[in-house]
Amino acid sequence: MVQLMRRRRAEEETQAGDESQIPESKTRLIEAVPIPFGDPLETLLLSSGGPVVLRDLELESVTVDALREAGVELIVPLIGQGELLGALYLGPRLSDQPYSTDDRRLLGSLASQVAPAMKVAQLVREQQAEAKERERIHQELQVAALIQQTLLPKELPAIAGWQVDAFYRPARAVGGDFYDFIALEDGRLGVVIGDVTDKGVPAALVMATCRSMLRAAAQRHTSPSAVLADVNDGLVPEIPPAMFVTCLYAIIDTEAGEVVFANAGHNLPYVRHDGGVLELRATGMPLGLMPGMGYDETKYEMSAGEVMVLTSDGITEAHNAEGEMYGFARLMDRVARRPINDDVLNAVVTELEAFTGEGAEQEDDITLVVVKRTSSAQASAETFEERRQVMAKFVIPSEEGNERIAIAKVSAAVEGLGLEPARLERLKTAVGETVMNAIEHGNENRPELDVDVQVCANEESVSVLVSDQGGDRLIPEATVPDLEAKLAGDQTPRGWGLFLIEKMVDEVRSTSDGATHTIELVMNRKGVS
Amino acid sequence: MESVFEATVTRTDDGSVVVMSGTVNRAAKQALEAAYEEAVEQPGRVLMDFRSVDYINSTGIAVIVGVLAMARAEDREVGAFGLTDHYREVFNITRLSDFMTIYDDETAAAAAG
Repeated sequence: MVQLMRRRRAEEETQAGDESQIPESKTRLIEAVPIPFGDPLETLLLSSGGPVVLRDLELESVTVDALREAGVELIVPLIGQGELLGALYLGPRLSDQPYSTDDRRLLGSLASQVAPAMKVAQLVREQQAEAKERERIHQELQVAALIQQTLLPKELPAIAGWQVDAFYRPARAVGGDFYDFIALEDGRLGVVIGDVTDKGVPAALVMATCRSMLRAAAQRHTSPSAVLADVNDGLVPEIPPAMFVTCLYAIIDTEAGEVVFANAGHNLPYVRHDGGVLELRATGMPLGLMPGMGYDETKYEMSAGEVMVLTSDGITEAHNAEGEMYGFARLMDRVARRPINDDVLNAVVTELEAFTGEGAEQEDDITLVVVKRTSSAQASAETFEERRQVMAKFVIPSEEGNERIAIAKVSAAVEGLGLEPARLERLKTAVGETVMNAIEHGNENRPELDVDVQVCANEESVSVLVSDQGGDRLIPEATVPDLEAKLAGDQTPRGWGLFLIEKMVDEVRSTSDGATHTIELVMNRKGVS
Repeated sequence: MESVFEATVTRTDDGSVVVMSGTVNRAAKQALEAAYEEAVEQPGRVLMDFRSVDYINSTGIAVIVGVLAMARAEDREVGAFGLTDHYREVFNITRLSDFMTIYDDETAAAAAG
């Protein structure tokens, strides 16, 4: 007899009253007549303030006609928070009497209690559906992450005279970054870095396909441009529309040090060398867009100590809290400013984290591959640089007085190396003076510039490297201050720093790569004062 | 990290003692020079007490040179005590010890007065 009709849901539900209590002959089930959005009846019911007698309605509406046809006499709107959630349709009373004012009031009050309950039920159902959707997305992301991680290299290539490092951190939504190392049959090493547009499972599947194609093509062709052209042609018919892959493929002749690469629309590689940083260029369309593409090739001869940095756009397109993008210029600048012997990979990652801010959600996958030529002669003995151990590494902002932080940290780092107490005190004074110079002269007391300090040791000596951004300024020859002239007021009383530094340690070295200026203080461990 | 420099002046039979504490760097200039001026209001030598000084850097050495220059201009004798072995070495290397007498401790300084 009573029929409840819920709108705005795909599954329309019909709920009949308990018919068994009413004599069968008199009951009739009223057909569910939906009220479409925007129907004049909807407006009328919303403003009615209670049950509406259909007979009294003067409304031109297909719905009203349908309701009349279905034998509806009274409509009881169910309204919650200004929204028509549903309506009860009632046919004629069993007594054939019209609905009294009391009847209508009772039904109206019933409706006012049913409506909130219906609203709650609706919300619960929506939330359940959302939770299910979230779970589905989560599972999909896990699958994507699994595919991606399964296909990334499990270990880094170990090649004499070279050091290869990689960093990969997926975003929560898992982008399509990938990298790969391919040992070629002629002994050379193939290095791949790429990024599939799109995220999640579709990107992961394209990445898997692309990786397999690259691995196969890399053994078929000797030049990187031929490899990319081959993969592009293979990928075009396989890739979903509106998806493509940016990819850089480099082949390294590990004996000669020659790197030759081709680029399909990926971030350009940087080379950190003695004089700063160099961007290597090669152009070509991303893979999978159009068949028959050609790719430029660029060669570069890497010398010992040089580092090639390959990145994904997750780095350059990361934003800080102010919405500013990290960008190529900043990346290039940061790579250029690292001391040549520094751990470029960790430095870039650390600086990127500082830029985006603590706890910021990573927008895209971040991938970094760093290839360093450590020595030109494969069989060469390990250099001093390689034998020595880094005891501590830290940065301090360029503010007056901060040299004491450096002194305390260096002092803690060399504890246990057995430096004679008097020599330790001398080293501390030299560190203090060197850091003071770096803060004041190198970085001109600009707190946003850091002084980098690194403490290294090998069996013979302890080295403290202090770097500032003072460019190619080399350490001036320390002159012996003329105390008589100073006391007579003929000379400034200052100018003791460099003199002290030279007197305090066994050796002072000064180097610059054009941007970063480094002073190395060397203290022999066995020496006595 | 930096401990604030302070200097007070006490009188002795044969002059004054400038009792210093904290860090001797360029920030100590004004306080140390004022203490010196106060010390030389009385005749006799000026003794510098370094026992509570925890750090001296090159800018602090410049400040001490400034005080020694003032003393030299008026032919005032300057002595020092309470320096650690390391800072004694620094005073030797910089030749500050050629222009001020460095004593092992307060007693030695008093005995030499």
